[in-house]
Amino acid sequence: MTTTESPAQTTEPGQVLLEAKNLKKYFPVTKGLLISRVTGHIKAVDDISFELRAGETLGVVGESGCGKSTTAKMMLMLEEPTDGSILFEGQDVHHTSAEVRKAYRSSVQAVFQDPWSSLNPRMRVKDIIAEPMVINWSISRSEQQARVMKLLNDVGLNEYHSNLFPHEFSGGQRQRLAIARALALNPRVIVLDEPVSALDVSIRAQIMNLLKDLQKEYNVAYMLIAHDLATVRYMCTWVAVMYLGQIVELSPVKELFINPSHPYTKALMSAALPSHPDMEQEEIILQGEVPSPLNPPSGCYFHPRCPAAMDRCSVEKPITKEISPGHSLSCHLF
Amino acid sequence: MAADLSGIVIAPPTRRAKAAGVYRKIKRWPVIPMFLLGLVVFAGLFAPLIAPHDPESGELRERNIPPAWSNGERAVKTVVERMTINERTTSVTLSDAQKIDPNIQLGDRIEVFVRPAGSTKFLLGTDHLGRDVLSRVIYGARISILVSVVTLAVGGTIGVTMGLMAGWYGGFVDEFLMRLVDIKLAIPLILIALVLVITLGQSLWIIVTVLCLFIWPRFARQVRGEVLQLKHMDYVSLAKVSGASTPRILFIHIFPGTINTLIVVATLQVGIVILLESTLSFLGAGVPPPTPAWGSMVADGRDKLAGGVWWISTFPGIAIMLTVMSLNLFGDWLRDTLDPRLRQLE
Repeated sequence: MTTTESPAQTTEPGQVLLEAKNLKKYFPVTKGLLISRVTGHIKAVDDISFELRAGETLGVVGESGCGKSTTAKMMLMLEEPTDGSILFEGQDVHHTSAEVRKAYRSSVQAVFQDPWSSLNPRMRVKDIIAEPMVINWSISRSEQQARVMKLLNDVGLNEYHSNLFPHEFSGGQRQRLAIARALALNPRVIVLDEPVSALDVSIRAQIMNLLKDLQKEYNVAYMLIAHDLATVRYMCTWVAVMYLGQIVELSPVKELFINPSHPYTKALMSAALPSHPDMEQEEIILQGEVPSPLNPPSGCYFHPRCPAAMDRCSVEKPITKEISPGHSLSCHLF
Repeated sequence: MAADLSGIVIAPPTRRAKAAGVYRKIKRWPVIPMFLLGLVVFAGLFAPLIAPHDPESGELRERNIPPAWSNGERAVKTVVERMTINERTTSVTLSDAQKIDPNIQLGDRIEVFVRPAGSTKFLLGTDHLGRDVLSRVIYGARISILVSVVTLAVGGTIGVTMGLMAGWYGGFVDEFLMRLVDIKLAIPLILIALVLVITLGQSLWIIVTVLCLFIWPRFARQVRGEVLQLKHMDYVSLAKVSGASTPRILFIHIFPGTINTLIVVATLQVGIVILLESTLSFLGAGVPPPTPAWGSMVADGRDKLAGGVWWISTFPGIAIMLTVMSLNLFGDWLRDTLDPRLRQLE
């Protein structure tokens, strides 16, 4: 995407913290038991580029299997990209010295979807939250514990919670604990992989507000993976819409919701519930299923399901165009 | 709005209610197996204090004495001048008979003790060398405990390490270690043990080695399965994200999650180990004599069973059976208790 050249002043001023360039992740599909050979690749993430600015939130939306979580895993160095690079403050983190990697790891933390599996059931809360500090910082135990208390207060829990075990908490409280742990190292970036999808609607708003407050306090950038457009609209500064491993539209959040341009984005928006039941909205129902990432369609990946498909769509791959400052998309209609 | 509960006083539970609560809990415990296991461990630990006699030596004159409650056995025999071996059950020589009563004549029919009555000196009788069976059963617990503790410690450690590596690294490591497990399953263990004993001689450490070889794969399999499940938990990914090293993840995040299963496997394995040790001792590949081991005691008594000398084999046999059965019941209970899916309410 070409947001580098776009004047970023349209939103908050913030330097580019993290940059993904032509990121690809192909999973080999093998056949044969003993002598296996590679028969194809699942293109989970296929050539995506985006930027994350300090203190801002980038939302990534798309259906299941579109590569959102794989992108997150590459950001967290849980997966090595097949090709392309992730630049953190200008340094390629996957091809660099162990020290830079370690520094990157302590600057990028994560909160996952399932609060029931993200806390080790056999550790006390104080040890769970202190673990990143134990690994990365050489500070004394009392300093660690003092920071644990501060973090617990910051996420709206109490100091007496520190001696409890995770099973003594509710889902929302557990997600608060996960957030406290993610903040322990004063990270620059937190990858939020569907942080509120597993929670009750009543708890969701609390957690989202907490995340927004903490963003200001800790000056941390979020990369928010979500499939709920309302969450994205509320939380994000930028939104990337993904389809079949590619970013089809990337835009500042207001612009995207006022002027969704890519046919896929429009379909996605029309599938979301309106904020008021009496509101009329155009309904776009996509035909068919998401094609297999093992064997994606020719030309534009979206053309078999696109209501506005033209002849050239099945032949020619659209290039990314910027239609207004910061708002770029890949479609032959523009 | 919270209801006003200030007027409600919660009565403290009465002593009777408390006792009932304790009983409800204990009711689910395997009381008898726990008691028997406690008894075995106690016997093993304090054998020198509780055993009434030296387990390794006895008076030949006091051999084959039946248990204390036995009345002995009498038979009516004819006094003869000289007898053949075939007449032994029906006749007695004059010289022997006159030791009992000097007035006995040839041709008299007298009643003699074929087997002496039991005495309280040897509660469970004596064996063919005059050694006290009770003392030997008590000392036998020591061998069983020693063998199972050492085997579990060594074999369990090997198995757990292998399982952790196989589950965590997957791929070639997993394939290699699991094929080792398959190889072990295909090897007839008792045959190997016998060969080793024939070539290297009888010793406790050979049995322990063989038993370690026998049990590590069970631990490895079980742990591998658990690791495969646990390594996909989000908290493991988060530990990686925080930069935790592989040993840290394995020992802080993964290994503790396998402990419940390990306790159960270990308990059930102890039973198998004791049984195997007894089998090997029975076959003469076990602990060298005169050290008392339950298996070799059963072997000592087996050819005398036909002659009515049943106690030499039976008491160690009962000891083996009760111990192994208790361990299995205890292990089943542990599994049910530690597995939340099987845990009952209340």
